[in-house]
Amino acid sequence: MSLYLLRRLFQAALVMLAMSVIVFVGVYAIGDPVEILISPDADQIERERAIKALGLDLPLWMQYLSFLGNALRGDLGRSFVFNEPALQLILQRMPATLELAFGATIMALIIGIPLGLYAGLKPKSPVSKTIMTASIFGFSLPTFWVGLMLIMVFAVQLGWLPSTGRGETVEVLGMRWSFLTWDGLRHLAMPALNLALFKISLVIRLTRAGVRETMLMDYVKFARAKGLTNKRVIFVHVFKNIMIPVVTVVGLELGSTIAFSVVTESVFAWPGMGKLIIDSINVLDRPVIVAYLMIIVLMFITINLLVDLSYSALDPRVRLENKQ
Amino acid sequence: MKQSYRAAVLAAVSAFGLGIAMPAKAQNVTIAVGAQVTSLDPHYHALSPNYAVAEMLFGALAGFDSAGRIQPGLAESWRPVAENVWEFKLRPNVRFHNGNAFTAEDVAFTISRVPTVPNSPSSYALYTRAIQSVEVVDPLTVRFHTEGPYPVLPNDLAQVAMLDKETHEGAATEDFNSGKVAIGAGPFRFVSFRSGDRLELARNDDYWGPKPAWERVSYRIIPNDGARTAAILAGDVDMIDQVPTTDIARLRNDNRVRISERNGLRVIFLALDHQHPEGSPFITDNDGKPLGRNPLLDLRVRQALNMAIDRNAIVGRVMEGAAIPTAQFLPQGAFGYVPGLEPPRPDAEAARKLLAEAGYPNGFRMTLHGPNDRYINDARIIQAIGQMWTRIGVRTAVEGQPWTTFVARAGRQELSAFLVGWGTASGEASSPLRSLTATYSRDRGWGGSNRGRYSNPAADAKLEAALRELDDAKREALLQEATRITMEDVGIMPIHIQKNVWATRPGLEHDSRADELTRAQDVRPAGAQPAAR
Amino acid sequence: MSASSLPQAATPAAPAPAKVETPFRRFVSEFFESKTATVGLIVFTLLVLIALFAPLIAPQNPYDLAQLDIMDGRLEPGTRNGMDTFTYWLGTDDQGRDMLSGIMYGLRISLSVGAGSAIIACLVGASLGLLAAYAGGRTDSVIMRLVDLQLSFPSILAALMILAFLGKGVMNVVLALVIVEWAYYARTVRGTALVERRREYIEAAQCLALPTHRVIFRHLLPNCMPPLIVVGTMQIARAIALEATLSFLGLGVPITEPSLGLLISNGYEYMLSGKYWISFYPGIALLITIVSINLVGDHLRDVLNPRLKK
Repeated sequence: MSLYLLRRLFQAALVMLAMSVIVFVGVYAIGDPVEILISPDADQIERERAIKALGLDLPLWMQYLSFLGNALRGDLGRSFVFNEPALQLILQRMPATLELAFGATIMALIIGIPLGLYAGLKPKSPVSKTIMTASIFGFSLPTFWVGLMLIMVFAVQLGWLPSTGRGETVEVLGMRWSFLTWDGLRHLAMPALNLALFKISLVIRLTRAGVRETMLMDYVKFARAKGLTNKRVIFVHVFKNIMIPVVTVVGLELGSTIAFSVVTESVFAWPGMGKLIIDSINVLDRPVIVAYLMIIVLMFITINLLVDLSYSALDPRVRLENKQ
Repeated sequence: MKQSYRAAVLAAVSAFGLGIAMPAKAQNVTIAVGAQVTSLDPHYHALSPNYAVAEMLFGALAGFDSAGRIQPGLAESWRPVAENVWEFKLRPNVRFHNGNAFTAEDVAFTISRVPTVPNSPSSYALYTRAIQSVEVVDPLTVRFHTEGPYPVLPNDLAQVAMLDKETHEGAATEDFNSGKVAIGAGPFRFVSFRSGDRLELARNDDYWGPKPAWERVSYRIIPNDGARTAAILAGDVDMIDQVPTTDIARLRNDNRVRISERNGLRVIFLALDHQHPEGSPFITDNDGKPLGRNPLLDLRVRQALNMAIDRNAIVGRVMEGAAIPTAQFLPQGAFGYVPGLEPPRPDAEAARKLLAEAGYPNGFRMTLHGPNDRYINDARIIQAIGQMWTRIGVRTAVEGQPWTTFVARAGRQELSAFLVGWGTASGEASSPLRSLTATYSRDRGWGGSNRGRYSNPAADAKLEAALRELDDAKREALLQEATRITMEDVGIMPIHIQKNVWATRPGLEHDSRADELTRAQDVRPAGAQPAAR
Repeated sequence: MSASSLPQAATPAAPAPAKVETPFRRFVSEFFESKTATVGLIVFTLLVLIALFAPLIAPQNPYDLAQLDIMDGRLEPGTRNGMDTFTYWLGTDDQGRDMLSGIMYGLRISLSVGAGSAIIACLVGASLGLLAAYAGGRTDSVIMRLVDLQLSFPSILAALMILAFLGKGVMNVVLALVIVEWAYYARTVRGTALVERRREYIEAAQCLALPTHRVIFRHLLPNCMPPLIVVGTMQIARAIALEATLSFLGLGVPITEPSLGLLISNGYEYMLSGKYWISFYPGIALLITIVSINLVGDHLRDVLNPRLKK
């Protein structure tokens, strides 16, 4: 088991290495950060000075090597734009994104699983059909458009919720969280729902598909034949089985939610990591892009590992030890 | 946050037509801006939102009034005492937020700090480089020695926020961002800063100028246009800047907001490829074969293209009135504006005739490039111009790209015709003339943003004379001549000058500014005395 | 749907009845049992036809700048055009582009981008996922680390880089979407295949010494289909929506050749100012497209699922 973990960690390091090379080459191919950041009034001498100040005058491979050297000592570089350590910049923004992503995921599970169960158990009922149609709409609408509609309806027309931004925060464990205040929750509601919409549909469909398949399995039939109550059959036998795809997908989705909350964050002016990365891409702030992607890679690898581990817990047929 | 709640209730009340009752004790203001404040260190990153913050927290020797004309700041007056020496008289009894007095030593310290800020992606050294030495005459008098005559020193120094020697000796950029040394002589004090989210400020009761109207200022960053408009409509904020042109018409008729606007200092123009005489990268004949020459080098072709553009249509239809058609760098009233230099009347017939004279009776094919995320309606403007050029026989494809990609290609002279903008921060025509249209020369520091590599020795000569002319009237005349020569040669094609548009809730007054800066000292409750300059 | 398919499926389960029933015919008849899926298929076919014949039926070529007139910009639905030759039934956008024509042409782009990228991504992803699950060991590790790499790479950055390398264009958007999406298929297929390959029928097939590709494609793959179809359905929808999002961020198709997504994002700025039609009608078209695809895919899944037919 520990050997398995070690191997995964080693692989993670390789992936991160590959990622950093891609970003270096990619940013280099896209353009010149100085051209974007520098005041247009600047003359050629000023431009050269800025290029030197940011270390961009060296050949790319030398820039990369010095980055690598620093990275091994835990220094991922300083943001070109903010002149602060890139890692610190990202960690500051992380709580905002985390609470958004978890908020959305929790919403998706709380709303999605019961609706999916119902639709799976009573596929013929009109309510189920409505649920399924609604779920199709859920992932058909582009996020940015739904976001704006939500703002139009709930903030501008009805005035129930604040239109944008993050609410009051309290400091816990050295990080600022907004979900612990009423004002924070009010600000969180719309962006979380916006981000959750796609996932709710996903969970509904996965749950329903799982339920329908499982109900036809021999062991379910057998459990019923044994005279177990319907409730017990559903919540013990069926539920356990449908959780595998749900766990996989929701686990994967949590990672991608954190990584790709860019659109929701930019529509709702949510000061999270997604907003930071899109801003950084727009100004080619390479240290931040690299550091961000490193963190995301690490997170994905962790999530995948957890998903694999829970696979083996939920489905004894999948044995990690069997993997060579 | 109670404030925004109350604002929301107010907005709701007014939305139901119950009228507006402004609370008399409104002491807080929430402002939402579209552009990111990247640093509180006023010498780290020369960028408009950072200037705006620096003017709230720190302040410079000189400043610009709302029309973009230079006026006194921390210095009361200045004059050249020799051909290469400027003398500045400082304002007496000015104190920093920590109580330290502002003196000539602080000025000398500030000038010495500017070029030493590490890792600066856009250094303010640009504005201090002309200074060879600083001479402290007495605590309230300081002299700047320059290499030769340097008429625009006051304009340059208006960009440089003054710091306190005692506090800021050895201070790092991070110390400003954390608030530790975010101490200046400006109308507001630092309270807190969350990068990418908001800056909180409080009134500086010891400010040397008119007292600002607000006890507390919440300066929020909302880059998404729709979200910003929604925020003011929902009453979450009291003022927004960069109102999207698509919303202006509607907001004018909405009693929940008031529009405040002013002609800006940013010109949107087309630059043309002058680099490749043997054929421009994105120009072909009508069959897609290379032409073997660059038609843009022919004045008649440039005139034809210029004449084909219906600027009134662009301003009216695309910009929805939030711009003024122009044929030069600056709006009326600015230093170096050329009276009577107007855009040509759009005339497709005459344009086709000029093309035929130049040897292109059937036109040619061209791609017009532009950014799609940089200037107001940039991608829409190039499409409209594409339509107009296609009508005179120049079959134009249009490509809008993100600024990152676009600017790299334009900077490598890979494009034939492209749209860019220029904001004249100094408020005088020498800045665009030097950076945009002067012959590219590393040694002179000219043409830094001349991405089409246009060159005109006659205009260069006038500019050179202007840059050494201390007499304002003579300098302005020289700049006007240089502008006229460049524009009659269609060195670039100015399209329009943007209007800067803000929206406030009713009951607030805002001094709209030509330089696009959004500052809390420019807003006050209606009827209150105008605060800071 | 399941209840109706169940007893019917039970009949052919009896070995070799004399009835002539090819699997395909059975599939077709089962598919058309669902009214909603049939409607979905009809609508989808109609949309495909509109997309195919757009140049013949659209009143205007919205991609030809010479046919647009900015003075006709932002006209309300039902206005006659400036030359009085046809009516803008769905209004015009800011460039004076007829929205009806714009939607017809936009449909072409959206459908080809969505379907094209989904199919290619599915082929690539499913093959790699199967290979990973079947081969295991080092192959599995390499492929899955590649998946990790891919999934952790924000689509927007990938798209930005690809478009920076290659320039804007429909094919480049497809390529970007494939690169962004293949990993989802790979992961899904591998997850299912990992469970399936431990099952008896695979062991049986291996014991019969069937060739590897036969085991993979004839035995393993069909049993991995249900989740693949669920994901595939969603990914087509997702591809179209993602393209719209890329356009929203300024990275999608060229501005003069808008897809449905770009039409929506161009018009979305006008939503607050009351000019709803610029964004609304393309939005409806996008919605109908995706919903019809999903109705079909949804039912396909039920029909193709071997476990529902035990």
